[in-house]
Amino acid sequence: MRTANVRTIVVWSLVALIGAAGWSVLALSRGEEVSAAWMVAAALGSYAIGYRFYSKFIAHKVLKVDATRATPAERLDNGIDFHPTDRRVLLGHHFAAIAGAGPLVGPVLAAQMGYLPGTIWIIVGVIFAGAVQDMVVLFFSTRRDGRSLGQMAREEIGPFGGAAALLAAFAIMIILLGVLALVIVNALAASPWGTFSIAMTIPIALLMGFYLRVLRPGRVTEVSLIGVALLLLALVSGRWVAESSWADTFTLAPSTLVIWLVAYGFIASILPVWMLLAPRDYLSTFMKIGTIFLLALGVVIALPTLKMDPVTDFASRGDGPVFAGSLFPFVFITIACGALSGFHSLISSGTTPKMIQKETQVRMIGYGSMLMESSVAVMALVAASIIDPGLYFAMNAPAGAIGTTVESASQVVTGWGYSITPGELAQAAKNVEEATLLSRTGGAPTLAVGVSEIFSEVTGGSLKAFWYHFAIMFEALFILTALDAGTRVGRFMLQDMLGNVYRPFRNVSWKPGLVVTSAAVCALWGYFLWVGVHEPLGGINQLFPIFGISNQLLAAVALAVCTTLLVKSGRLKWAWITGVPLAWDATVTLTASWQKVFSSDPKVGFFKQRSVFQDAIDRGEVLPPAKTMDDMHTVVTNSTVDGVLSAVLALLIVVVIVDAARVCVRHVRRPALSTLSETPYVESRIVAPAGLFPTEKEKEEARDAVTAAGP
Amino acid sequence: MRSLRRALRTVRWYVRELTDESAYDRYVAHVRKDHPQAPVPTRRAFERMRTDRQEADPRQGFRCC
Repeated sequence: MRTANVRTIVVWSLVALIGAAGWSVLALSRGEEVSAAWMVAAALGSYAIGYRFYSKFIAHKVLKVDATRATPAERLDNGIDFHPTDRRVLLGHHFAAIAGAGPLVGPVLAAQMGYLPGTIWIIVGVIFAGAVQDMVVLFFSTRRDGRSLGQMAREEIGPFGGAAALLAAFAIMIILLGVLALVIVNALAASPWGTFSIAMTIPIALLMGFYLRVLRPGRVTEVSLIGVALLLLALVSGRWVAESSWADTFTLAPSTLVIWLVAYGFIASILPVWMLLAPRDYLSTFMKIGTIFLLALGVVIALPTLKMDPVTDFASRGDGPVFAGSLFPFVFITIACGALSGFHSLISSGTTPKMIQKETQVRMIGYGSMLMESSVAVMALVAASIIDPGLYFAMNAPAGAIGTTVESASQVVTGWGYSITPGELAQAAKNVEEATLLSRTGGAPTLAVGVSEIFSEVTGGSLKAFWYHFAIMFEALFILTALDAGTRVGRFMLQDMLGNVYRPFRNVSWKPGLVVTSAAVCALWGYFLWVGVHEPLGGINQLFPIFGISNQLLAAVALAVCTTLLVKSGRLKWAWITGVPLAWDATVTLTASWQKVFSSDPKVGFFKQRSVFQDAIDRGEVLPPAKTMDDMHTVVTNSTVDGVLSAVLALLIVVVIVDAARVCVRHVRRPALSTLSETPYVESRIVAPAGLFPTEKEKEEARDAVTAAGP
Repeated sequence: MRSLRRALRTVRWYVRELTDESAYDRYVAHVRKDHPQAPVPTRRAFERMRTDRQEADPRQGFRCC
């Protein structure tokens, strides 16, 4: 029998105590202000225990990772996309690929229910669902030469389930792009400072692209440093522009921004990769890692106090202004990235498996990176919870609910139980040099206010406006990159689908096909963006739940594939590892879809909403928040589209899950009928440690390998 | 002094790897080792090939929301 040494027991007991102390303070404090330090303690303590015990159990008992088995990177090494990459480098790559705007936006919106439900879901969800999904997908894709999730669904479940999964992925991509673009529009509307500095990123990226293509190919670090310096210059000069006579040129209405964004998305996606996409990607990765690091540092140094209630009344009443619906199921779909994100399965299959050195490293790369992303989500929740709750609700409630003046906003928000004076609202906007902060929905501006509070506390109370625009720029930067890259991926999927009908579409470099499919993808997400901006009921309020549902539905596809693979590879006993998260995710998401389609509360159910407004139109009435008959018709059209979309997405996923269940049952009954497309065993020649720090035994193996290969 | 130098070298290595600036060196080493007869592309040609590959399949290097 193995015995743990005393030091290990003491250390892990201490870690458990720290985590438990954090949880106790968060859960038991009522009425007094709690330091964010407790949230950090609860998160880090739980992550450490989850990583040390649960992920180790999954890696060794369930997946049985095999250090002697060669990975695709080793077997198929071509020096470009397949190559064994150092685990620390791959951790960085994988983390940069999975972390984006998602974990920053969702938790901010979910803060309307208070900080406690969000914190619990982010931490518990990541340990038992999100990180498990990323790690298991990574493992199975590694055993299949880095096959993508779609390919695995087709091969392991069947053509029907596979096609449904593919269609769902396409729909999800479109909704994702529309909602992300909406976040940007809400952050940049009527903000000359923000608009100017974001517009400047385009010439900066073009310059960087030219530098890399013509002047000094491949010198990424130096060009990124030049780019970041120019970016900071653009940020600082944004203030001068906002104070100059140019301010009007860069003060754009939301509907103008929509046109600019769609045009940008279209042009960027048909330009060559080297011109805009690649340099932008370097820039946003640099900024992303830098800012997340700074934010972590800021939270730990400033240790601000949480001003939001642990649980607000909106959690049980379900009539919150940010998004409608009660705590269950809507917190669990609003916070997707950071707890459980279906999109990660697209990175965990495909890119990363082609670079992993050792199967044993799936734990560190898959599970570890996801824990890191979860901590980003916790920081976003901290940032949203340290600002005055009155300001939080004034920023995140749609104009239809709080009006457009500080007086009306103050009155409505105070009525909800979060008192704030008109003067305080005006001062908050002035502090960050914005014309107004009312109804700046979408999460990005709220996060930016929180970040500016944290950073300005560290930098001595000054520079608030600078940090606010820094945070806006940082988010806008990678959302714009996502628009470009996402349009390309959507186009690729569409080309593939249309290729079945008209062959030339298959050829991805066929110019007419490229332009047509790009335009189609941009038009689709552009439609949602346009709808979101012109929605009288509030675009984020209406669309964010669909975005959350779609992301979680993709997670359901990934978890269904994982569970099927566990069953088919003779791990039936352990199928609950992904089966339980799948059951939970399916329950949450299908409940949410059900409510969105069938709820009799017009704030929640799209079709009820439609009939309420349609009836009013028939009677010739205008219902608030609509102001005109046109608004009324807009609401009717939008709620019909949204309702149908929610229903279709839910149906697609039910198809995938049922098809997966069919395959599992068939396998259990008659195993001979199922096939498993695992790549055969090849012995590995690489020696590399599994975790971040090599163990004594691994160091010894490395020394032996060097001596054996020696002179 | 020596440990500082070593730390700087490690940082430089990590940054070059993370930004994929080292992709060309890695490819050259790969070609020399596995295909000693094959010609080695210039850095310019190699970087072009890399972006062209991304052009052809945009799922390569896709980033998440």
